[in-house]
Amino acid sequence: MKPSEFEYHAPTTIDDAVRLLGTLEDARVLAGGQSLMPMMNFRYLMTTHLIDLNGVDALTRIEERNGRLHIGAMARQRDIELSPLVTQRAPLIRDAYQLVSHKQIRNRGTLGGSLCQLDPSSEQPCFTAALDGVLTIARHEDGAVATRELPMSDWALMYMTPALEEGELLTGISLDIWPAGHGYAFEEFARRHGDYAIVGVAALCTADAHGRLDRVSLTVCGVAPGPVRMHEVETALRGRPMDEDALRIAGDAARELDVMTDAHVSTDYRQHLAGVLTERALKTAFSRVATKS
Amino acid sequence: METRTVRVVVNGTAYEREVEPRRMLGDFLRHDLDLTGTHYGCEHGVCGACTVLIDGRTARACLTLAAQMDGHTLTTVEGLAGADGTLNALQKAFAECHALQCGFCTPGMLMTLTELLNETDSPTEAEIREAITGNLCRCTGYQPIVAAALLAAQRIREQRAAAPAAQATE
Repeated sequence: MKPSEFEYHAPTTIDDAVRLLGTLEDARVLAGGQSLMPMMNFRYLMTTHLIDLNGVDALTRIEERNGRLHIGAMARQRDIELSPLVTQRAPLIRDAYQLVSHKQIRNRGTLGGSLCQLDPSSEQPCFTAALDGVLTIARHEDGAVATRELPMSDWALMYMTPALEEGELLTGISLDIWPAGHGYAFEEFARRHGDYAIVGVAALCTADAHGRLDRVSLTVCGVAPGPVRMHEVETALRGRPMDEDALRIAGDAARELDVMTDAHVSTDYRQHLAGVLTERALKTAFSRVATKS
Repeated sequence: METRTVRVVVNGTAYEREVEPRRMLGDFLRHDLDLTGTHYGCEHGVCGACTVLIDGRTARACLTLAAQMDGHTLTTVEGLAGADGTLNALQKAFAECHALQCGFCTPGMLMTLTELLNETDSPTEAEIREAITGNLCRCTGYQPIVAAALLAAQRIREQRAAAPAAQATE
């Protein structure tokens, strides 16, 4: 129950962090440590070099820029949850964090760490997809930092495997800001409070002056390696009133999702949960919409 | 193996130690600083027994490297009582309400509830239960722990209410 030996590196700039990551052989990045450290304690994971990002202050910013919400990869989950800017611009995130593990874990855990860990049931990739997240990825190239951007829809390659190349570092996440008065909700079913969800659903919507939906975002987690945006249903709901029919259309679509199965949770049950939770999340989102007048 | 220097303030006392990078904070506290009040249970972040305050916020000592604590301020269960050993309001309430039996989870429970009571002196029962979801107790069934937290919060409120009045009569 103790980690094996490793060399410890504590860079203080993004530049140093990506240079270390790009030049050291067999290196791992330490973010909040709430998933990596247990794996190292169990020696499921051993590494020659550990690059600790906790001293890189430039990765912790939470700010609004060019109409989007920018969150540094090392922003602590608890800081994001408590940020007045996040509460105002993306209340979905605050709601989702009430379901993420425990305060002791959120005090250390980071959004970037969770996205890289990419547990299929995690709430954080789910709300990132729901808010059309764009990820900034940095690497060391010809003595300088080169960056690229990747939409969240391209992030999950397979089970717990994000689209990061060797030597690449996730540095930040930008999220769509929905207009004031939009509806939002995060619903999930987990076996115990604070556990990863079996299935979770993020819903966002806005309505026009007649109370008809003009924009919907529906995302399901726990059914596939990455969060699943239900784009077809989002389009189908546009122009419809916020009524029981709309809930039924969305719920039926969720029940038809192609879902994974495992020893604990059957396909049928996951589909059932996806349907029920989609209806529940959308219903709450409807109730929170301030219709334009 | 190359060592790292860790300079850290624990319960108001400054320490400097050389540590292996793989030294976990819990082992550092217990073995290098002889502060054995912090208990080590599951060692993978599930049980909450090793909860300490890092810069005023709860964290798992078993998921934190000692090397990461350089320059930080920690509070452990040894830091709760007064210098003369007088128990604080939360500790007294734990004793009175029988909020511990074997005592193994108690340091973690106390640190978690210390953070909660620092954030609010009037937590609801639901908030207390929510706060301790990350701390496992196999003896008490949690009821007396919740009762102790409510009692401690009440006494802290009473102390605060009484303090200005006492000044006024002086």
